[in-house]
Amino acid sequence: MPASESRIRVKRTDGHIQIEFVDRNILDEGNIRSISDEIAAIIEAEPKPRMVISFANVEHLSSAALGALITLNNRIRARSGQLRLSNINPQIYEVFAITRLNTILQIHPTNEDAAKSFV
Amino acid sequence: MAAPHGQHDRAVITVVNDAAAIERAEDRVVEALARFNYPRASVFAVRLSLHEAMSNGFRHGHRSLPEDTPISVKFDASDEHIEIVVEDQGPGFDPSAIPDPTLEENLERGSGRGLLLIRAYMTSAEYNQKGNVLRMTYRRPAGT
Repeated sequence: MPASESRIRVKRTDGHIQIEFVDRNILDEGNIRSISDEIAAIIEAEPKPRMVISFANVEHLSSAALGALITLNNRIRARSGQLRLSNINPQIYEVFAITRLNTILQIHPTNEDAAKSFV
Repeated sequence: MAAPHGQHDRAVITVVNDAAAIERAEDRVVEALARFNYPRASVFAVRLSLHEAMSNGFRHGHRSLPEDTPISVKFDASDEHIEIVVEDQGPGFDPSAIPDPTLEENLERGSGRGLLLIRAYMTSAEYNQKGNVLRMTYRRPAGT
Protein backbone atom coordinates (compact mmCIF):
# COMPACT_ATOMS: atom_id res chain seq x y z
CA MET A 1 0.00 0.00 0.00
CA PRO A 2 1.41 3.47 -0.80
CA ALA A 3 2.32 5.84 2.04
CA SER A 4 -0.71 7.89 3.05
CA GLU A 5 -1.17 10.94 0.85
CA SER A 6 -0.80 14.38 2.41
CA ARG A 7 -4.13 16.02 3.22
CA ILE A 8 -2.62 19.53 3.16
CA ARG A 9 -0.97 21.82 0.63
CA VAL A 10 2.03 23.77 1.89
CA LYS A 11 3.30 26.98 0.29
CA ARG A 12 6.22 29.05 1.54
CA THR A 13 5.87 32.70 0.65
CA ASP A 14 7.04 36.13 1.87
CA GLY A 15 8.54 34.79 5.06
CA HIS A 16 5.60 32.70 6.12
CA ILE A 17 4.14 29.25 5.61
CA GLN A 18 0.69 28.90 4.13
CA ILE A 19 -1.29 25.72 4.73
CA GLU A 20 -4.43 24.73 2.85
CA PHE A 21 -6.59 21.66 3.40
CA VAL A 22 -7.19 19.24 0.55
CA ASP A 23 -10.46 17.97 2.07
CA ARG A 24 -13.75 19.82 2.40
CA ASN A 25 -14.62 17.97 5.58
CA ILE A 26 -12.23 18.11 8.53
CA LEU A 27 -14.22 15.75 10.72
CA ASP A 28 -12.57 12.36 11.06
CA GLU A 29 -10.30 12.06 14.10
CA GLY A 30 -7.72 9.85 12.37
CA ASN A 31 -7.49 12.30 9.49
CA ILE A 32 -7.22 15.24 11.88
CA ARG A 33 -4.42 13.48 13.79
CA SER A 34 -2.39 12.90 10.63
CA ILE A 35 -2.95 16.49 9.41
CA SER A 36 -1.86 17.93 12.76
CA ASP A 37 1.18 15.63 12.91
CA GLU A 38 2.18 16.89 9.48
CA ILE A 39 1.72 20.55 10.45
CA ALA A 40 3.51 19.96 13.78
CA ALA A 41 6.53 18.60 11.89
CA ILE A 42 6.62 21.79 9.79
CA ILE A 43 6.38 23.93 12.94
CA GLU A 44 9.20 22.03 14.67
CA ALA A 45 11.46 22.55 11.64
CA GLU A 46 11.17 26.37 11.84
CA PRO A 47 12.92 28.58 14.40
CA LYS A 48 10.06 31.14 14.65
CA PRO A 49 7.24 29.77 12.53
CA ARG A 50 4.86 32.30 10.99
CA MET A 51 1.95 30.27 9.66
CA VAL A 52 -1.34 30.99 7.91
CA ILE A 53 -3.86 28.14 7.87
CA SER A 54 -6.45 28.78 5.19
CA PHE A 55 -9.92 27.25 5.41
CA ALA A 56 -10.79 28.22 1.84
CA ASN A 57 -11.93 24.71 0.86
CA VAL A 58 -13.42 23.69 4.20
CA GLU A 59 -17.18 23.11 4.54
CA HIS A 60 -17.37 21.05 7.74
CA LEU A 61 -15.20 21.12 10.85
CA SER A 62 -15.51 19.05 14.04
CA SER A 63 -14.63 19.81 17.64
CA ALA A 64 -11.64 17.44 17.27
CA ALA A 65 -10.27 19.82 14.62
CA LEU A 66 -10.71 22.75 17.01
CA GLY A 67 -8.73 20.87 19.66
CA ALA A 68 -5.96 20.22 17.13
CA LEU A 69 -5.82 23.94 16.23
CA ILE A 70 -5.37 24.87 19.89
CA THR A 71 -2.50 22.40 20.21
CA LEU A 72 -0.86 23.75 17.04
CA ASN A 73 -1.28 27.34 18.25
CA ASN A 74 0.45 26.41 21.52
CA ARG A 75 3.29 24.67 19.69
CA ILE A 76 3.82 27.74 17.50
CA ARG A 77 3.78 30.07 20.51
CA ALA A 78 6.27 27.80 22.29
CA ARG A 79 8.65 28.48 19.38
CA SER A 80 7.96 32.23 19.52
CA GLY A 81 6.01 31.97 16.28
CA GLN A 82 2.61 33.27 15.19
CA LEU A 83 -0.46 31.47 13.83
CA ARG A 84 -3.17 33.09 11.75
CA LEU A 85 -6.34 31.54 10.33
CA SER A 86 -7.94 32.82 7.13
CA ASN A 87 -10.71 32.35 4.57
CA ILE A 88 -13.19 30.95 7.08
CA ASN A 89 -16.72 30.89 5.68
CA PRO A 90 -19.52 32.30 7.87
CA GLN A 91 -20.85 28.86 8.85
CA ILE A 92 -17.44 27.66 10.03
CA TYR A 93 -16.78 31.01 11.71
CA GLU A 94 -19.91 30.45 13.78
CA VAL A 95 -18.30 27.29 15.20
CA PHE A 96 -15.33 29.39 16.35
CA ALA A 97 -17.70 31.99 17.80
CA ILE A 98 -19.88 29.46 19.70
CA THR A 99 -16.79 27.90 21.26
CA ARG A 100 -15.24 31.38 21.81
CA LEU A 101 -12.07 30.21 20.09
CA ASN A 102 -12.28 33.36 17.97
CA THR A 103 -11.03 35.11 21.13
CA ILE A 104 -7.78 33.13 21.34
CA LEU A 105 -7.07 32.37 17.66
CA GLN A 106 -6.36 35.22 15.24
CA ILE A 107 -8.77 35.01 12.31
CA HIS A 108 -8.49 37.14 9.14
CA PRO A 109 -10.74 37.38 6.09
CA THR A 110 -8.03 36.61 3.50
CA ASN A 111 -4.53 35.13 3.30
CA GLU A 112 -3.23 38.60 2.43
CA ASP A 113 -4.79 40.16 5.53
CA ALA A 114 -3.39 37.33 7.62
CA ALA A 115 0.10 37.78 6.15
CA LYS A 116 0.02 41.54 6.80
CA SER A 117 -0.85 40.95 10.45
CA PHE A 118 2.44 39.26 11.37
CA VAL A 119 4.50 41.38 13.75
CA MET B 1 -38.09 16.67 -5.80
CA ALA B 2 -39.10 17.40 -2.21
CA ALA B 3 -41.06 14.75 -0.29
CA PRO B 4 -44.73 15.69 0.20
CA HIS B 5 -45.97 17.17 3.48
CA GLY B 6 -46.74 14.51 6.08
CA GLN B 7 -44.20 11.99 4.80
CA HIS B 8 -41.40 10.66 6.97
CA ASP B 9 -37.98 9.22 6.26
CA ARG B 10 -36.94 6.90 9.08
CA ALA B 11 -34.02 4.53 9.56
CA VAL B 12 -31.95 2.78 12.18
CA ILE B 13 -28.26 2.59 11.36
CA THR B 14 -25.63 0.53 13.17
CA VAL B 15 -22.31 2.37 13.07
CA VAL B 16 -18.86 1.01 13.90
CA ASN B 17 -15.92 3.23 14.82
CA ASP B 18 -14.58 3.64 11.33
CA ALA B 19 -14.34 6.88 9.31
CA ALA B 20 -16.18 5.44 6.29
CA ALA B 21 -19.03 3.99 8.41
CA ILE B 22 -19.42 7.28 10.30
CA GLU B 23 -19.49 9.20 7.02
CA ARG B 24 -22.10 6.82 5.57
CA ALA B 25 -24.39 7.44 8.55
CA GLU B 26 -23.93 11.21 8.15
CA ASP B 27 -24.60 10.97 4.42
CA ARG B 28 -27.80 9.00 5.06
CA VAL B 29 -29.11 11.71 7.40
CA VAL B 30 -28.06 14.46 4.99
CA GLU B 31 -29.91 12.59 2.23
CA ALA B 32 -33.07 12.58 4.39
CA LEU B 33 -32.75 16.34 4.95
CA ALA B 34 -32.27 16.85 1.21
CA ARG B 35 -35.52 14.93 0.52
CA PHE B 36 -37.34 17.57 2.54
CA ASN B 37 -35.35 20.48 1.06
CA TYR B 38 -33.82 21.66 4.32
CA PRO B 39 -31.58 24.69 3.78
CA ARG B 40 -27.80 24.42 3.75
CA ALA B 41 -27.44 25.91 7.22
CA SER B 42 -29.73 23.17 8.62
CA VAL B 43 -27.70 20.44 6.93
CA PHE B 44 -24.53 21.95 8.42
CA ALA B 45 -26.07 22.09 11.90
CA VAL B 46 -27.48 18.55 11.87
CA ARG B 47 -24.43 16.94 10.30
CA LEU B 48 -22.07 18.55 12.78
CA SER B 49 -24.29 17.58 15.73
CA LEU B 50 -24.60 13.98 14.55
CA HIS B 51 -20.84 13.78 14.05
CA GLU B 52 -20.16 15.11 17.55
CA ALA B 53 -22.75 12.76 19.09
CA MET B 54 -21.26 9.67 17.42
CA SER B 55 -17.77 10.84 18.27
CA ASN B 56 -18.71 11.25 21.96
CA GLY B 57 -20.27 7.78 21.93
CA PHE B 58 -17.13 6.13 20.60
CA ARG B 59 -14.55 8.26 22.40
CA HIS B 60 -16.17 8.47 25.83
CA GLY B 61 -19.06 5.98 25.96
CA HIS B 62 -17.06 3.10 24.50
CA ARG B 63 -13.75 3.97 26.17
CA SER B 64 -13.59 0.63 28.00
CA LEU B 65 -15.35 -1.48 25.38
CA PRO B 66 -13.90 -3.46 22.45
CA GLU B 67 -12.95 -1.26 19.47
CA ASP B 68 -15.57 -2.88 17.23
CA THR B 69 -18.55 -2.18 19.56
CA PRO B 70 -21.16 -0.42 17.40
CA ILE B 71 -23.41 2.51 18.30
CA SER B 72 -26.95 2.90 17.01
CA VAL B 73 -28.27 5.96 15.16
CA LYS B 74 -32.02 6.18 14.75
CA PHE B 75 -33.63 9.07 12.92
CA ASP B 76 -37.07 10.25 11.92
CA ALA B 77 -37.15 13.11 9.41
CA SER B 78 -40.12 15.03 8.11
CA ASP B 79 -40.53 18.43 6.51
CA GLU B 80 -41.00 19.97 9.96
CA HIS B 81 -38.23 18.43 12.02
CA ILE B 82 -35.69 15.67 12.37
CA GLU B 83 -35.26 13.65 15.53
CA ILE B 84 -32.03 11.70 15.97
CA VAL B 85 -31.31 9.23 18.76
CA VAL B 86 -27.70 8.15 19.23
CA GLU B 87 -27.22 5.23 21.60
CA ASP B 88 -23.91 3.82 22.75
CA GLN B 89 -23.36 0.64 24.74
CA GLY B 90 -21.20 2.23 27.41
CA PRO B 91 -21.95 2.73 31.10
CA GLY B 92 -23.21 6.28 30.51
CA PHE B 93 -21.93 9.60 31.80
CA ASP B 94 -23.12 12.71 33.59
CA PRO B 95 -23.26 15.56 31.04
CA SER B 96 -23.38 18.13 33.86
CA ALA B 97 -19.87 17.02 34.88
CA ILE B 98 -18.37 18.41 31.65
CA PRO B 99 -16.67 21.73 32.37
CA ASP B 100 -18.01 24.72 30.41
CA PRO B 101 -15.50 25.00 27.53
CA THR B 102 -16.35 28.68 26.96
CA LEU B 103 -15.07 29.77 30.39
CA GLU B 104 -11.80 31.68 30.19
CA GLU B 105 -9.91 28.99 32.16
CA ASN B 106 -11.12 26.21 29.82
CA LEU B 107 -10.67 27.94 26.46
CA GLU B 108 -7.35 26.21 25.72
CA ARG B 109 -8.55 22.72 26.61
CA GLY B 110 -8.10 20.28 23.75
CA SER B 111 -11.54 18.66 24.06
CA GLY B 112 -15.00 18.96 25.62
CA ARG B 113 -16.71 21.11 22.95
CA GLY B 114 -18.88 18.46 21.25
CA LEU B 115 -21.91 18.78 23.50
CA LEU B 116 -21.66 22.58 23.47
CA LEU B 117 -21.90 22.53 19.66
CA ILE B 118 -24.77 20.03 19.70
CA ARG B 119 -26.73 22.21 22.13
CA ALA B 120 -25.98 25.34 20.11
CA TYR B 121 -27.07 23.88 16.78
CA MET B 122 -29.96 21.55 17.67
CA THR B 123 -33.37 22.74 18.90
CA SER B 124 -33.12 20.29 21.81
CA ALA B 125 -30.61 17.69 23.00
CA GLU B 126 -31.09 15.55 26.10
CA TYR B 127 -29.33 12.51 27.50
CA ASN B 128 -31.29 9.76 29.21
CA GLN B 129 -30.73 9.26 32.93
CA LYS B 130 -28.02 6.64 32.41
CA GLY B 131 -26.21 8.98 30.03
CA ASN B 132 -25.72 6.64 27.06
CA VAL B 133 -28.62 7.75 24.85
CA LEU B 134 -28.71 11.24 23.33
CA ARG B 135 -32.02 12.35 21.84
CA MET B 136 -31.66 15.41 19.61
CA THR B 137 -34.28 17.33 17.67
CA TYR B 138 -33.82 19.93 14.97
CA ARG B 139 -36.86 21.95 13.98
CA ARG B 140 -36.94 23.52 10.50
CA PRO B 141 -36.40 27.28 10.85
CA ALA B 142 -39.48 29.39 10.11
CA GLY B 143 -39.75 30.52 6.51
CA THR B 144 -37.32 27.98 5.05
